Amino acid sequence: MIAAIGLPFPFELDFMQRALAAGVVVGVFAPLIGTFLVQKRMALMGDGIGHIAFAGVGAGVLAGVYAVWSALAFAVVGALGIEWLHARRRTSGDLALALFFYSGIALGVVLASRSGGLDASVLGFLFGQPLTVDAGEVGTIAVLGAAVVAVVLTLRRALFAVVTDVDWSKVAGLPAGALNNVLAVLTAASVVAAMKIVGILLIAALMVLPVATGQLLARSFGGTLRWAVVLGVGSVVAGLAASRVWDLAAGGAIVLAAAGAFLIVAAAKRSLPGSVRLQGAEA
Amino acid sequence: MAAPELTSAPLIDARGISFAYGSTPVLEEVSLSVRPGEFVALVGPNGSGKSTLLKILLGSLPSRTGVVRLVGSPPDELHDRGRLGYVPQRPSLSPDVPATVEELVSAGRLARRGWWRPFTAEDRLAVRHAMESVEIGELARRPLAELSGGQQQRAFIARAFASEPELLVLDEPIAGVDAESQRRFRDSLVHLIREHGAGVLLVSHELSAVSGDIDRVVVLKKRVLFDGPPSDLEREGVSLGIHAGDLPLWLEGLR
Repeated sequence: MIAAIGLPFPFELDFMQRALAAGVVVGVFAPLIGTFLVQKRMALMGDGIGHIAFAGVGAGVLAGVYAVWSALAFAVVGALGIEWLHARRRTSGDLALALFFYSGIALGVVLASRSGGLDASVLGFLFGQPLTVDAGEVGTIAVLGAAVVAVVLTLRRALFAVVTDVDWSKVAGLPAGALNNVLAVLTAASVVAAMKIVGILLIAALMVLPVATGQLLARSFGGTLRWAVVLGVGSVVAGLAASRVWDLAAGGAIVLAAAGAFLIVAAAKRSLPGSVRLQGAEA
Repeated sequence: MAAPELTSAPLIDARGISFAYGSTPVLEEVSLSVRPGEFVALVGPNGSGKSTLLKILLGSLPSRTGVVRLVGSPPDELHDRGRLGYVPQRPSLSPDVPATVEELVSAGRLARRGWWRPFTAEDRLAVRHAMESVEIGELARRPLAELSGGQQQRAFIARAFASEPELLVLDEPIAGVDAESQRRFRDSLVHLIREHGAGVLLVSHELSAVSGDIDRVVVLKKRVLFDGPPSDLEREGVSLGIHAGDLPLWLEGLR
């Protein structure tokens, strides 16, 4: 196979370059969204929406429509539903997520089984198939990624205010409900756009793990955003390379790279003299 | 900061406010006003309805009876929220959020600038001015989690200052804060009132740091029990300072 551009091993082949291009975009926008979700104490929001998106995949397979669109519809509605429950404090954040988690995955399994079973294409959405991404999908992910980055950068100050202090934000006249809904829809769109790369079950990890590591390295919110993106992209590159070299599942390798980065940074920080006790890393 | 136009119209004008949680009355026929350049302290024992009154004044809770005007408008119709500065009792912002003082204070500017508009040099100057007015300018790049309780509280006050408010509402802002921070807190409030003509409504039991600057004290226990200058309260044997007959002990006796 002829390489599109002259990248060295392990990215010298076409399919690896497409996986790299799509993965790098996901590595940028997933942690960007995740930084706000973590501050909102809704770190598992991406996971919950992923489960709902799976129900959308099942519905798409059953109805014979392109599964990405049905997954997007389910994910957006589910994300707004989670936000509605959370905002009205009808349930605690984790209980609201759990309700959608389990209902979504169960509905996905039931719908997919009605359409002839959980075949390889459905499982591909669960665990990702970055090495089969085609040029059109790279373009779709790139457009969506650019939109997410543009919205987040434009609204970053307002989103920061709302996710860190919603009560004050309301008194200050910020449209807290609308901004939280924007964040929910961006999360849903990000999950669906990234599901082909790292899989529905693992995309949430790219929204959280680089952020957790970034918080250890940064001394500001802006610094956390920048570190999270660097770590997200680095995890994608390292994970894809590892998957090629050692013939590993690419989605899992990407997430393990992100988890490995957290462990290395956490251990290094603990070993440094006068290091600060890590928040949440002690349990 | 440019001084706001001084008018005689009250910044807070609440009349005949009543409220009940279910069948339990919390506020009965409460009236309260704060005018430009006026420093008003709202005090009352625990459960006196202070928090509920504050929510109604700020538009977070609708009153069942009465009329409220916040900077001239019904609270839920006040669109220019930059005219109002608010320091909550217990900010929900977690201290381990990796945010710097400057990032926190910048959020306060959104109320004046508009949440969707990019910051200008004027906004950055206002943020810098707000931090310096509470003497935390040198801490701008420090993470909040590394600051003392008093420094953190001043950062939250600076966030309220950043919108150059005409009215500042503070809910128990100096609880548990050291004496030096209380002195700086007092200086920043006096600066806002004297230099910019702002009105201040301070909800607090600890008024000793500002006892010489308060124009009126409003004592609440479902109803307004007292509304007048501190000197009138002192004639009843209640001092805002730290004395045997001081305010917290007297309020405790009202429960």
